[in-house]
Amino acid sequence: MLFMEGQYSEKVMEHFRNPHNVGEIPDASGIGNVGNPVCGDIMRLYIKVDEKEVITDAKFKTFGCGAAIATSSMVTDLVKGKTIPEALKVSNHAVAEALGGLPKVKMHCSVLAEQALRSAIDDYIAKKKAKI
Amino acid sequence: MSMRKVYMDNNATTSAREEVVEAMLPYFSQIYGNASSIHQFGRSARTAVDSARQKVAALLGASSPEEIIFTAGGTESDNFAIKGVAAALRSKGNHIITSTIEHHAVLNTCKYLAKEGYDITFVGVDEYGVVKLDELRKAITDKTILITVMYANNEVGTVQPIEEIGKIAKEKGICFHTDAVQAVGKLPIDLKNADIDLLSMSGHKLYGPKGIGALYIKKGTKITPQMLGGHHEMGKRAGTENVSGMVGFGKACELAQKEMAIENKKLSDLRDYFYKGIISKIEEVRLNGHPEKRLPNTLNVGFRYLEGESIILNLDMEGVGVSTGSACTSGSLEPSHVLTAMGVDPADTQGSVRFSLGRDNNKEDVDYVLEILPPIIKRLRDMSPLYEAKKK
Repeated sequence: MLFMEGQYSEKVMEHFRNPHNVGEIPDASGIGNVGNPVCGDIMRLYIKVDEKEVITDAKFKTFGCGAAIATSSMVTDLVKGKTIPEALKVSNHAVAEALGGLPKVKMHCSVLAEQALRSAIDDYIAKKKAKI
Repeated sequence: MSMRKVYMDNNATTSAREEVVEAMLPYFSQIYGNASSIHQFGRSARTAVDSARQKVAALLGASSPEEIIFTAGGTESDNFAIKGVAAALRSKGNHIITSTIEHHAVLNTCKYLAKEGYDITFVGVDEYGVVKLDELRKAITDKTILITVMYANNEVGTVQPIEEIGKIAKEKGICFHTDAVQAVGKLPIDLKNADIDLLSMSGHKLYGPKGIGALYIKKGTKITPQMLGGHHEMGKRAGTENVSGMVGFGKACELAQKEMAIENKKLSDLRDYFYKGIISKIEEVRLNGHPEKRLPNTLNVGFRYLEGESIILNLDMEGVGVSTGSACTSGSLEPSHVLTAMGVDPADTQGSVRFSLGRDNNKEDVDYVLEILPPIIKRLRDMSPLYEAKKK
């Protein structure tokens, strides 16, 4: 896919303008935290998982550039309704692709989104184990 | 109703003034001769080039127009000055002193020379972005051949103690270059009475055309030409003269000289009104740069708990063009090297926005931005995990 250097796709701008799933889940099944202010992006991702291991809700809070906000929005969209094993298959490339691609220098944002999701799932699994 | 358009990125570039464009137009197809030709076609172009050179020299208060060498812009001028002096004085020494907050045209030229066997010292700045003079003094060795420190910083607008640095350099017999790309046209400069050997400038930062700039070279300064070819520009910079560019640049300098005092007052008043509005409407902001010793048009504001690009994209959607203090948008993911050098907390450097006003901006523009900015900041902060952590 061709890009003007540093320019965002229409899909990215759409999710940046009106991000889906912004917010918190107070009784989240798992919370993922990734990034730091030095690199310029921090994502916090919340998931709600039911007894059938289906992600029924996902929300996020993000400090970061346009791409960071758009990938957060997209990854939460993508995992809703998926089972945990299915959600683990959601890769950074899938997030970037769903957004119509990302400028090269912004691909790390999709990596961060994938990591935030993994981190939230890890947290969910750890909490579940702790309960047993 | 179409959306209001507000351009507040005048440190990046300015629009060429109508008078400038008008002055340039005849030099494309009517007076098109090569300024180096002997015949009448060339001679009329030569007259225009000479007149433009005089206007640039007049704005800078240079002793003679022959001290002005036209280049293709600020970047070339910086490259020419630094590489040219480094080459000319190689037998005297290999040490160059610069600062940590220079434009990349200077920083990367110095880094290139470091690979070529030169020693480079990067002198630090204080919290306002002012170069530390004691550090600079201590850095000088008997191998130091050049000091290069910018006149005013492009990101935060801080004006450097150029007079003092010039004195130090002169005392030690060291050549002094200053990148004055942001200062020319915005600050009064009188080179006749300054200890500056070389000064870089650019046309498009002062309402002139892009692709033209100049390097002031004080008479007697040793410099090796970097662009080789014909005998253009007193043998210092080869290449057929960009006559229309020079004419436009000259016109821009002439207008700047006439209007600078009034324009500066207007811009600094507007800028201060703008900042007062921001701090009255938005909490947790910081002013980056020196509160007083600053370019009259520059306002760099840090919005805590946010990242600059998301602010800029939101402003862009409302028709407002500004830049970030962080280099995120320019393709590098590093926070601003200027703010980092000033010791600004990494979490704070990310949310910095540079508003650089220009002669076309008015109070209505500022009021419009003051109206749209607070909801943008609120919306982004509501989304920011850092802000949430702070509230708790």
